[in-house]
Amino acid sequence: MSAPDPIETFRLEAQELFEQIEATLLDLTERPDDRDLVDTAFRGLHTIKGSGSMFGFERVAAFTHHVETAFDRLRKGKTHPDPELFAIGLAALDVMRRLIETPDRDTGDEQPILERLGRLTAAAAPAAAPEATTPAKAEEEAAAATYRIRFRLAMDAMAMGTNPLLLLDELRTLGDATVVALSDKVPALEDIEPTECHLGWDVVLTTDKPRSAIDDVFMFVIDDMQLKVERIDAATADKRLGEILLEKGDVAAPDLRAALGQQKPLGTLLVGTGAVSEPQVAAALAEQQHLRQEQDAAKSGAKAQATIRVAAERLDGLMDRVGELVIAQARLRQLAAALDDSSLKSVAEEIERLAAELRDTTMGIRMVPIGSLFGRFRRLVHDLSRDLGKEVRLTTAGEETELDKTVIERLADPMVHIIRNSIDHGIERPDARTATGKQGEGRLHLAAYHSGAQVLITISDDGKGLDADRIRARAEEAGLLAPGAKIAESELYQCIFAPGFSTAAEVTSVSGRGVGMDVVKRTLDALRGSVDVTSTPGKGTQVTLRLPLTLAIIDGLLVRVGTGRYVLPLSAVEECVELSAEDDARSRGRNFLSLRGDLVPFLRLRELFNARTEPDPYQKVVIVSSGELRVGLVVDQVIGDHQTVIKSLSKLHADVETFSGATILGDGTVALILDVAHLIEFGQRHEERLQAS
Amino acid sequence: MTTTNSAMQVLTVGLDREIFALDAGRVSEILDSVPVTEVPNARPFVNGVINVRGKVVPLADLRLRFGMERTAANLDTRIVVVEVDLGGEPTTVGILADKVYEVTEIAAAAIEETPRVGMRWRSEFIKGIGKKDAGFIIVLDIDRVFNTDDTLLERTADGER
Repeated sequence: MSAPDPIETFRLEAQELFEQIEATLLDLTERPDDRDLVDTAFRGLHTIKGSGSMFGFERVAAFTHHVETAFDRLRKGKTHPDPELFAIGLAALDVMRRLIETPDRDTGDEQPILERLGRLTAAAAPAAAPEATTPAKAEEEAAAATYRIRFRLAMDAMAMGTNPLLLLDELRTLGDATVVALSDKVPALEDIEPTECHLGWDVVLTTDKPRSAIDDVFMFVIDDMQLKVERIDAATADKRLGEILLEKGDVAAPDLRAALGQQKPLGTLLVGTGAVSEPQVAAALAEQQHLRQEQDAAKSGAKAQATIRVAAERLDGLMDRVGELVIAQARLRQLAAALDDSSLKSVAEEIERLAAELRDTTMGIRMVPIGSLFGRFRRLVHDLSRDLGKEVRLTTAGEETELDKTVIERLADPMVHIIRNSIDHGIERPDARTATGKQGEGRLHLAAYHSGAQVLITISDDGKGLDADRIRARAEEAGLLAPGAKIAESELYQCIFAPGFSTAAEVTSVSGRGVGMDVVKRTLDALRGSVDVTSTPGKGTQVTLRLPLTLAIIDGLLVRVGTGRYVLPLSAVEECVELSAEDDARSRGRNFLSLRGDLVPFLRLRELFNARTEPDPYQKVVIVSSGELRVGLVVDQVIGDHQTVIKSLSKLHADVETFSGATILGDGTVALILDVAHLIEFGQRHEERLQAS
Repeated sequence: MTTTNSAMQVLTVGLDREIFALDAGRVSEILDSVPVTEVPNARPFVNGVINVRGKVVPLADLRLRFGMERTAANLDTRIVVVEVDLGGEPTTVGILADKVYEVTEIAAAAIEETPRVGMRWRSEFIKGIGKKDAGFIIVLDIDRVFNTDDTLLERTADGER
């Protein structure tokens, strides 16, 4: 409705940044010498600090600053990569998350991290530059001193919300200050862009505050600005002057170098008086070069993320409109077919094509690669294996597999439970593993891929596998299973999804309370998916999540059973054949159909749906696939393809698993959409019942 | 009782030989009979869905909820579209009515507690009995009708999982 809440926007943005930084830090633990990764982490932290302070999250900004400083030092090569730093970074991310969620609650959890950071800094090379403002560091003496502060803000500083006047005022509060504006870089009037900041300032400040007080004034802008703070005393006054001259040539470093080359008198004079040494000139130039590279890097980083943030409900709204359009288009198609007017028909076809394209585009917007979800588990695996004293290597495949954003979000929870179980119960400790001849490092593999109308996600480990006997014992104890009942292993494993079911001998902090796996089942049911478990003792366990491509619109095949019309997802349909009289007659006991030499089982939908009308003389069979299974569905008539806008069924029909939703046909009536996997399951139960009776 | 001490606006509908009252604030529209799509294997009292302005809406036959016989639709049959709360989720539901009478007011004072005995129906579905002219009107608690426990019972009974 109204403009989005900027604070909410910041929160969302921060969440994404946290994820990104987390991934970077985890990469860094594996490749600590990768400079690009350090830069990425630094930039992410810097953005959090900057926008945090802009939106009033001062504590986040202040805290992040210290972490950022540490990474800045690493980035500038002042310290060496240290696993402890990355561990601190990960812990700090959790604190930042907390600070952003509940900024007003003071739990004081920043302090331990700052202390760790302080220890790390202290332990690092003593050559560390004094610019680091770690709290552990003792400050310089409190006696009054005079500083010359020269600063120049980035051109876009004012546009980014920095007010230079406030900075100057803050400096004035520290003591006696003389401010001189440097207007040498202000362009001619016609070239002035009023939002750009062309001025620089020289401030001579006499203060009894420590030097860090000055640094604090510039804390939030320090990285995009030029700042020079120097203590003035008589002995160095000349040297400073030389450096000022040097810095005034900053506009074009090559020009300066050229000028220096030509104007030997200046250089030699300065060097000759001992004011400036040649290495000092070179160092200053290098620093400029460095700054410029930084800026370029920041700019290119911004360009790479040319995306727009759109509220999910707007996408839902767009999808609804497209859905209505598709329904209206179906009516138009029906009308055009009835009127038999060729010009109307061609328009109708044109609109049909456009509607289909619009549909695909709109759905594409909602699709998110599952890699974003997988990325989140790296941290989980990292932390869990550390806490449980296990070594686990996480590998992933099929990250580019796309799923609807809402589905991905709802999958996060169940997958956390499965991964926890795998690491806690599945993968053994390194010593136990080596004892059984396995590698000490356990493997956890996440994979996603398309299979027919479904997306399959597998979570497999190479741990000790499920203990079938134990599960059976517990299931019998809990009354889930009749004692001694004969059931297939896969059915037995389904017991682990029962609420409160746990075979763990003892409850650990991670799992074993029997809460969790039932969440998996419930969420998958709600998404109209399913979950399977396979396990080999000593070799490992694999959990497979099957999800329908719950898209808002699908291509469907419209069929008729009795008087009812139903839609089959076209992606599940393999072919349509006629049910031959022999097959029909022969199949009274055994429902099999021979299809090019293969035996394909089939289900009579008329029976499953209790159709009361006379069957059509020539029954059709739609061959559908579900996983590896091929099944024929016997219908009265195959009507044709149909662009199907999926409308969900209400909770009143939540118990009817054979339908994944409904759609509205061109004539305004409702047709139900068949859920192939559940339909086959339902048909099997139906037949078992028939056989039992 | 949840009614205020003033009057309550209700829509009166006929089912079998009884007159029921629905909170008029919940009623969004009344439809003439529309094509109904059967939902195979659904619970009998909600075994259909209809199209209400592009939305797929479940159609409930309250006759079956109150132990009456299902009847074929006739000229008087209407579908009352109401908003109900299904386990915290606002849901649009169509209700079959043999006849729709009028929107009227019942003084809250005229609504009495449901008598525990002498009722053919489950008292939890009923807010109270109102008097209107000479007859009785049964004021329905429409949320309860759709949310009562035996929805759960039925669901687990046919689940067999």
